Amino acid sequence: MSEDIVLKTTDLTKHYGGVHALEGANFELRKGEHVAIMGDNGAGKSTFVRQITGVEQRTRGTVVFDGTEVNFFGPIEARESGIETVFQTLALADHLDVPDNLFLGREKTKWNWLGPFRFLDYKAMRQDTLAALEKTGVKIPNIHNTIEKMSGGQRQCVAIARTASFHSKLTIMDEPTAALGVQETEQVENIIRQLKAQGEPLILVSHNMRQVFDLADRIVVFRRGRICANLDIKTGDYTGEDVVSYITGAKTGAEYEGAA
Amino acid sequence: MSDTSHGTGGLTFDKTKKSWPSELNVLLALIIIIVIFEVLGQVLPYMNDQSFLFDTKDRFDSIFNEARLKIIILQVAIIGIIALGVSQVIITGGIDLSSGPLVAATAMIAMSFGQTELVNGFANPKALFGAWAMDLPVVVPVVIGLSFGAFIGAINGTFVSYFKIPPFIATLGMFLICRGIALWWSSGNPISFPTAQFQAIGGGMMPVFWFLSLAVIFHIIMRYTVYGKHTYAIGSNEEAARMSGINVKRHKIMVYMIAAMLAAFAGIVLSAKASTAQAGMGEFYELFAIAMAVIGGISLSGGRGSIIGTVLGAMVLGVIRSGFTYIKLDGSYQLMAMGGIIIAAVILDQYRQRNKV
Repeated sequence: MSEDIVLKTTDLTKHYGGVHALEGANFELRKGEHVAIMGDNGAGKSTFVRQITGVEQRTRGTVVFDGTEVNFFGPIEARESGIETVFQTLALADHLDVPDNLFLGREKTKWNWLGPFRFLDYKAMRQDTLAALEKTGVKIPNIHNTIEKMSGGQRQCVAIARTASFHSKLTIMDEPTAALGVQETEQVENIIRQLKAQGEPLILVSHNMRQVFDLADRIVVFRRGRICANLDIKTGDYTGEDVVSYITGAKTGAEYEGAA
Repeated sequence: MSDTSHGTGGLTFDKTKKSWPSELNVLLALIIIIVIFEVLGQVLPYMNDQSFLFDTKDRFDSIFNEARLKIIILQVAIIGIIALGVSQVIITGGIDLSSGPLVAATAMIAMSFGQTELVNGFANPKALFGAWAMDLPVVVPVVIGLSFGAFIGAINGTFVSYFKIPPFIATLGMFLICRGIALWWSSGNPISFPTAQFQAIGGGMMPVFWFLSLAVIFHIIMRYTVYGKHTYAIGSNEEAARMSGINVKRHKIMVYMIAAMLAAFAGIVLSAKASTAQAGMGEFYELFAIAMAVIGGISLSGGRGSIIGTVLGAMVLGVIRSGFTYIKLDGSYQLMAMGGIIIAAVILDQYRQRNKV
């Protein structure tokens, strides 16, 4: 059982001065599992994500990723060990095109003896970009357009394709469709289904109930900095109304009684 | 994959709309400016139907006025070498104001190791050091000059990236420091009479050779190497570059070092061409180099522009200077007009940004 676990946090806690943004979060993610994190604004969802990805340093608790206890000092370290994150603010270079952005910081190169002046393998990167877009089902009319010429949805798709095209051990998306239209949302959801089909685990932070029920295996609800429910929606008989009552505090999961 | 006719989210795209390289705008401006001077030569009463570009007096084998073409490119070549480096700094979103005084300081330092012992059988009257520094192989002054440039660039880059000092301020400080070094090095005296080898670096059309060769090399570097891609990425979105694992601080130091080494090399070429080094050399060079980059389409907000654009920008500036002389415009008007052109180029740059052309 424990070999199946990709990520496990124990007593994960974050205080900002006197504000207890996150308190004693025990969380597990198994291989190939897609878990949605829900909760009101300020419930601790994003704080939770920031502790795992090393954007912030936790106050207390342990994070075990891929079998070893980790303590990331920054998002780059987290990425190097296999956690890919799509942040709410997109990290794309506006003046560069799609392949450049997909491979930024990990370019395919040739003549590596030239050190910093080693040559870019544009052809290989273009092919891999087309393959990655194919794999994720993203349609972009011209991959050599610069990001600044693209719509918000296309940018989001590039950011997600970037995440999805590298074989990561864990993908985290923080409200990936919050600013998107209907069809653009659908594209992003297709990418998530692709990840599921490939057996890549995912943590999805979302406010969208329909989306969560469509995509996730399990919903973890945060309320006032604590986890208050862990709902297996694939086997258990839960409705959106149940989830709402957990989010608002009308109900609390049996194993979390007294927590919040 | 071949199906590119429809876009994301129901949006449709006109795939026939090719993006128009901004370098073509500069080329177009260059041609228009040449045509204007050509027309002025015919129209202005005191010009006696002279031609700006063409050989109307049969002085040369070709149809062009080769003498003027040579002067145009020779005039911009040395500042052009600086502009190649400044362009890279501006692409990262920075600026380098220290290059003009760095030209002077490097000229002084390099020349003092490139002097010849005997001038017409007499001891060199401008000798700075004793006999040990005389008639050294040419690599010695060149390596010393470039090392000095690298050192200054490393300081610029360190202040900008580690001490978070705005590039404008850091390089403005270095501007004064370098001018001070140039004056201090020989107590304000000119240093003259270089070895024949040293003189050859700047002899004849050599400055043009250096400018164009370096332009080709840096065009390839900026367009096809990791260094170039990261330079653009930092200027485009520094946070994204950092999140992508690019060592932004180290990269910026490298960019400032390369820019300063190019300015230092310009100083070596300039002193070799003039056969003398003076502390007042290179005045306004930093501003003209920035002007070349900006006219050539390098955006002052970073991330945009190319070396080809800078070379064309240098040509525009050279043609304008030569054209003003050709229509016998006084030097003071030339400065005013050039100032206006630089402002126009920046306005155009902002217009381009807003409209994302």
